[in-house]
Amino acid sequence: MLAFLLRRAALVVPTFIGVTLLAFALIHLIPGDPVENISGERGMDPVRRARLLHEFGLDRPLPVQYAAYVKDVLRGDLGNSLTTHDSVAREFATLFPATVELAFFALVFALVVGLPAGIIAALKHNTVADYAVMGVSLTGYSMPIFWWALLLILFFSVQLGWTPVSGRIAVQYDVPAVTGFMLIDTLLARDPGAFRSALSHLVLPTIVLGTVPLAVIARMTRSAMLEVLREDFVRAARAKGLPRWRVVIVHALRNALIPVVTVVGLQVGLLLSGAILTETIFSWPGVGNWLIHGVQSRDYPVVQGGILLIAAIVIAVNLVVDVLYGIINPRIRRA
Amino acid sequence: MRSAQGIPREVEPASRFVELARAFAQGRGALVGVALVAVLGALAIGAGFIAPHSPIEQFRDFELAPPAWQTGGSARFLLGTDAVGRDILSRLIYGTRLSLAIGAISVTISLSIGTALGLLAGYFRGVVDTAIMRLTDVTLALPSLLLAIAVVAILGPGLINAMYAIAIVLVPHYVRLARAAVIAEAGREYVTSSRIAGAGALRLMFATILPNCVAPLIVQATLGFSNAILDAAALGFLGLGAQPPTPEWGAMLASALEFIQRAPWVVTSPGLAILVTVLAFNLTGDGLRDALDPKLRYTRA
Amino acid sequence: MSGSSVRDSIDDLVDIAGLHVDFGTPSRPLPAVEGVDLSIGAAEIVGLVGESGSGKTMTALALLDLVDFPGRIVAKRMAFAGRDLVPMRATDRRALAGRDIGMIFQDPHASLDPCYTVGYQLDEAIRLHGSAHERSNTGMRRERALALLRDVDVPDPSVRLSAYPHQLSGGMAQRVMIAIAIAGRPRLLIADEPTTALDVTVQAQVLALLTRLRDELRMAILLITHDLAVVAEVADRVVVMYAGQVVETGNVPALFDGPRHPYTRALLDALAIDEHERLPTIAGIVPAPNERARGCLFAPRCTRAAQRCEDERPALVRGQGGSVRCHFPLRSE
Repeated sequence: MLAFLLRRAALVVPTFIGVTLLAFALIHLIPGDPVENISGERGMDPVRRARLLHEFGLDRPLPVQYAAYVKDVLRGDLGNSLTTHDSVAREFATLFPATVELAFFALVFALVVGLPAGIIAALKHNTVADYAVMGVSLTGYSMPIFWWALLLILFFSVQLGWTPVSGRIAVQYDVPAVTGFMLIDTLLARDPGAFRSALSHLVLPTIVLGTVPLAVIARMTRSAMLEVLREDFVRAARAKGLPRWRVVIVHALRNALIPVVTVVGLQVGLLLSGAILTETIFSWPGVGNWLIHGVQSRDYPVVQGGILLIAAIVIAVNLVVDVLYGIINPRIRRA
Repeated sequence: MRSAQGIPREVEPASRFVELARAFAQGRGALVGVALVAVLGALAIGAGFIAPHSPIEQFRDFELAPPAWQTGGSARFLLGTDAVGRDILSRLIYGTRLSLAIGAISVTISLSIGTALGLLAGYFRGVVDTAIMRLTDVTLALPSLLLAIAVVAILGPGLINAMYAIAIVLVPHYVRLARAAVIAEAGREYVTSSRIAGAGALRLMFATILPNCVAPLIVQATLGFSNAILDAAALGFLGLGAQPPTPEWGAMLASALEFIQRAPWVVTSPGLAILVTVLAFNLTGDGLRDALDPKLRYTRA
Repeated sequence: MSGSSVRDSIDDLVDIAGLHVDFGTPSRPLPAVEGVDLSIGAAEIVGLVGESGSGKTMTALALLDLVDFPGRIVAKRMAFAGRDLVPMRATDRRALAGRDIGMIFQDPHASLDPCYTVGYQLDEAIRLHGSAHERSNTGMRRERALALLRDVDVPDPSVRLSAYPHQLSGGMAQRVMIAIAIAGRPRLLIADEPTTALDVTVQAQVLALLTRLRDELRMAILLITHDLAVVAEVADRVVVMYAGQVVETGNVPALFDGPRHPYTRALLDALAIDEHERLPTIAGIVPAPNERARGCLFAPRCTRAAQRCEDERPALVRGQGGSVRCHFPLRSE
């Protein structure tokens, strides 16, 4: 088990190096003058340009620049935003909890609806219920999620007026940010009105972001269950006289979860992609929204830092998922 | 197929194709998918004849006109018009051409590059393999949209750049598939006998091994088509892909949020077009995968 | 009526008459089991023999009501310990599984859940089927689990309790399976190809174990196998099946001395290695459920087949020592 963990952790290093290379290369691949791109100033006089060139270290050879960049990254220095002049790392840290809160609830939503749907579809293989689940699932991941968001807004916010359209909480509430997670912070501030408002703002974005993972999880659970239900030990468990629910949940599902966990782990990357779009539509103040504005306004330190950090997080999560997989699969745990 | 003694005969490639077609046709979803793809292809090719108006012509007197079946609508603009008076139906039809082109070009580029890299990695192993696989890992570590955005951030917004971005994002999947297939096939007898007969590395890779690895690649290509369309639409929606007045479906939704109360038809139709198209390719890809499933193990990494 | 008239049918633990298991539709039947009669006496070891596709496993699954959709079970009578299962409610029928009838399968590693320890899976069976005393608390259940493992000759039982199935050898895993199956002290153990996946040396051990358990627990065993050698070693009686039908039954010594159905003869011949050191095979294959002919199902492969065999299906003829389904049996009674 330990060998497995070490091996798996070791794989992270080259991947992470690759990502830093990509982020570093980003600035230098952008067409135009790197000095202008990094400083945000246009049409400087040559003297100032030369000074900035030296200040940014752009006159040194590339490998040296890269080494300096990596050193800065490891120290936590990712430069400053060209628009706000704030530290990129700090801006990311401030906005990240909003994205996490959204992604967390979206994943919970996807699991709570998707897992049972997949199980039921497998148990009722080739019946209407099965086709319904598969059909909804197929539609779910064939849909552009920004369109799905617009439809939900059209129906629930505009026509029914049940849910708000943008932001994390109604404007009138001013909740001190202790953890960065709005639901927790409103509870800490003992403001039930604020809590309700935060909750209602979460509903639509959660559904939108969670739809594709839900579809994938339902599908994956169904096919994993169908395979497991065919296995000999399921028949042996029934021959043992175990009640049906026990055979399905304790034995079949437990085994089916092994491939499903891997898929769920892969969803994290998708959740972060989807968060970019979801946050844009709902004006949700998370890192996705921040990154897009960075791209649109050519705020390159933001783009560079954002990509690096998000990629690092995805890599870290994939590592955690692999470890989890090793734990729940006894063949690896006790190898 | 068994002979009288009950011994299975080796299945020839030619009849394998026929079996495949039969298995594919058994999936009703797959047939619907293919039919839809055909319809979309026809729309794309015949856009000039089918569309009632030009996609970029602005009818200033008819801005935000509702669809024909609502009050205030007319048969002239069946699905209504957008904020600057362009006919939505015509834009949708021309948009089909764009989306299919994006899908086809992106997939072709990434399929070629990915397969070539995968073949090289799987055939030569060693340093080449490690280098290519590390590159693949890095590309896969990033969520696809994020990588596409990064590329577009570098190259600048625009439809062509979006296509490159999407192609780059899709490459690693083909690399992995091709590499796995090559590694599985390389030990087989027909490869060894070809090598003994004197075939060179290139010939072995492309003429001998590749034809037998084609199937999972085709499945992935079909599914890659739908990913490409979704990603292109996302980029368009974010303003990073196709720029106005190009009638790309995602871009058509970009400004829709403003008009969602006044003119909901601006929102519904382009998204529906994307959904139907992606659905068509997903159904086809699923059908292909199911038809191939019992015969191929490569797709399970 | 059972296969042997020496025993009274009232003593029979299991009495199946006219069992059909069909996987098709009324217009297109796909019979896996056709008109099978089977009886097993208390503490009797009955060997159910046939090639794959003969319906032997399906017959056993029908008894436990474990046949999966779209299979349908139809029987004139399926009695266990005097109670007819046919008119019973499904829940009552399934209550027999594990408690009165245990079953073990061919591949022990595939039949144990890879995610749970041996102890957990034993505990499940004990909780369900153990006596009230054995079930009362964790300690008692563990005692019972250890006792069961000792009964099946598993060395170091306390170590084995925390092992996972993949950590056990084939023979050990099969013993664990047997332990789980007998946890409820069943009166019948169905063993579906219990030794096929095991090494030859281990096979002998497992068979000896089964015989010993039969003696100690007064438990009947339905031993399903394609291997007549296994039957010769342990069984009291044999039922030979072909293409879903019973073609011959009889006591072991008598049947092995002088088989009456050509298929049984062919199976016995296949056990022997001829002077050229080749294993003789029976030419042809078992007909699939949708290819069942009008006449005798074995006729295409039978060296003695005559015109009557192709036109008319032989009926099962019962006699003193057993029964046979053939127009021209190899020897008369």
